[in-house]
Amino acid sequence: MGRSLGIDIGSRFIKAVLLEGEELIDIQQVETSFDPLDRCKRLLEETAADRVVATGYGRHLLEVHTDIKTITEIKAFAKGARAMFPLCRTIIDVGGQDIKVISLDEGGKVRKFEMNDKCAAGTGKFVEIMARVLGYSIGDFGLVPLKTGPELQISSMCTVFAESEVISLIARGAEREDIALALHRSVTNRVLSMARRVPIEEDVVFAGGCARNGLLRKLLEAGIGKNVSVAERPEITGALGAALYQITG
Amino acid sequence: MNGKDYTKMWEGLGLNIENHAGLLGVLTNAYKDIYLSQNNRPAAMEYFDFVISEVHGLRIEEIIAAKEAGRKVVGTFCVYVPEEIVLAADGLCIGLCAGAEVGSEEAEKFIPRNTCALIKAFMGFKLSGLCPYVETTDLIVGETTCDGKKKAYESFNEITKKVYVMEIPHMKTDEDKKLWLSEVKRFKDRIEGLSGKKLTVDALKKGASVANEKRKALQRLSRLRAADPAPISGLDALLVNQVSFYDDPLRFTSMTHKLCDELSDRASKGTGVADKGAPRILISGSPMAIPNWKLHAIIEGSGAVVVGEESCIGERNHRDLVDESFSSVDDAMEKISSRYLGIDCACFTPNTERLDNIKALVERLGADGVIHYSLQFCTPYMMESYKVEKAVTEVPFMRIETDYSMEDFGQLKTRVEAFIEMIQ
Repeated sequence: MGRSLGIDIGSRFIKAVLLEGEELIDIQQVETSFDPLDRCKRLLEETAADRVVATGYGRHLLEVHTDIKTITEIKAFAKGARAMFPLCRTIIDVGGQDIKVISLDEGGKVRKFEMNDKCAAGTGKFVEIMARVLGYSIGDFGLVPLKTGPELQISSMCTVFAESEVISLIARGAEREDIALALHRSVTNRVLSMARRVPIEEDVVFAGGCARNGLLRKLLEAGIGKNVSVAERPEITGALGAALYQITG
Repeated sequence: MNGKDYTKMWEGLGLNIENHAGLLGVLTNAYKDIYLSQNNRPAAMEYFDFVISEVHGLRIEEIIAAKEAGRKVVGTFCVYVPEEIVLAADGLCIGLCAGAEVGSEEAEKFIPRNTCALIKAFMGFKLSGLCPYVETTDLIVGETTCDGKKKAYESFNEITKKVYVMEIPHMKTDEDKKLWLSEVKRFKDRIEGLSGKKLTVDALKKGASVANEKRKALQRLSRLRAADPAPISGLDALLVNQVSFYDDPLRFTSMTHKLCDELSDRASKGTGVADKGAPRILISGSPMAIPNWKLHAIIEGSGAVVVGEESCIGERNHRDLVDESFSSVDDAMEKISSRYLGIDCACFTPNTERLDNIKALVERLGADGVIHYSLQFCTPYMMESYKVEKAVTEVPFMRIETDYSMEDFGQLKTRVEAFIEMIQ
């Protein structure tokens, strides 16, 4: 069967999954940086795969410079999520620069999808910037407890305006944890407004790097009213799907 | 360009020569990248390539010559302006520049930032001295289709001093029909005043016939696109529709038929621009004014083919003919006004006939998917896209909101490619 490599060139990270047959033998993740082509070429050399499929925002970079086949991240996420959760019908991905909600039919084929228009509101980049503003590491940001009681509101979804809102909340003496919770709620609301436009059926899978954020997951579960599954390595969903595409089509 | 230097002519029109050269440079490059790189283009597209290369040259020279011969030039932004009345007075009816991101900063001195790209562009083109057509006009006709245009025409009139506005009703009751008929008559009077010609039945018949023949040629093009494989790319067909708004109508009609002869030959031989079975997309929504080729370029660059435009630059412009069997000027006004009130613009409420027309088009063109295209801030079409989504049940549907800028090119490409993957 040989080795299949799937590369997901995202706006923040490049993720690569190497399969021997259908067995996962290696995972790599590097920052996309200012020269993603160079990073990809190094990955290609190191893995010496027989077949390569690229996906993600930067996929065409590889298509232009090599004869590597590409598929969209929508299709790649559908394949990858299905491999991790065979009964998956709905995928939510909060990516670096876009949010995706994908609905699959029973056979795993993409039935409908929603993606945000040109705006970084509520994306992974937004989460990252807001964590930084509040002095959290990205790993700790999702550990903020889900409290009940009076809530702070972040009304602006625009990254730039939300940042100034956060700064004025800090200036008013609001608790850091409360602001963090409010930011997570605002991202969740953004995702939910898109999720409402596709049928949300179980199993619902939260994929992509932001799925590591436990608070987002809990808020999504509460918002959807359904259980939301997260894989052990949610960030490789797209790369895995691309690698599998070679094998299963 | 045919190498001729038009600088003197452009200076005479008061264009900003330096910026204009920049604009033509960008346009030439975009045309090369998007159009001339296509495979298997019909040979008859050569004429349209030539027209584009002379879009601000030879055609403007022709218009200026016509003016010198005493003919009047009427600029428009909408398919509701009754072209046959302008033609009856031996006038030239020209769709004005509104399809590129030009002069936004200048435009934003008059209109808010969150105005649709088309409105911003017509203000921007004029304010930055980049549209030779607007400078040749004797009259610019506006209309009360959407709020954005309606209010922008007030500013446009301050700037140009030659805007005339037609009141388009927003419903289609008997009272609205009366209003529109009186607006068509008022327009005829205005054109008579402008041209100094009293419009006779014969003149109106001639005008109606020229306009109808042009529409028939475009209808024929639309019908030929139903063939699989598609005999012409969506980009090329869009271009022909865009050119129909400013070319000489008689010449345009004959060149479009020539193109259609070739396409008809292709269809009978089963040859085309894409493989048989390539995904076929119907575009529905806001108009794509020249040189707005963004969405078509993305779709056709992703392996699908656009088979129709349910749009003002497309079906809405040519679907209905005017009944030429009138016997008096009043009768002509009745027939012309009723032809125009049949147009299914999203500014009307209700506008259910548009949904029926879209469904019929999907069927007639054998479309595998519908992409609803709205210009950002184009509220009427954005609103209706939700109804279209519900009405299109037979094939997949996707809604896109965008403008003329290229910053969302990557995101749009991902969405379009995923949509095509879904269809395949």
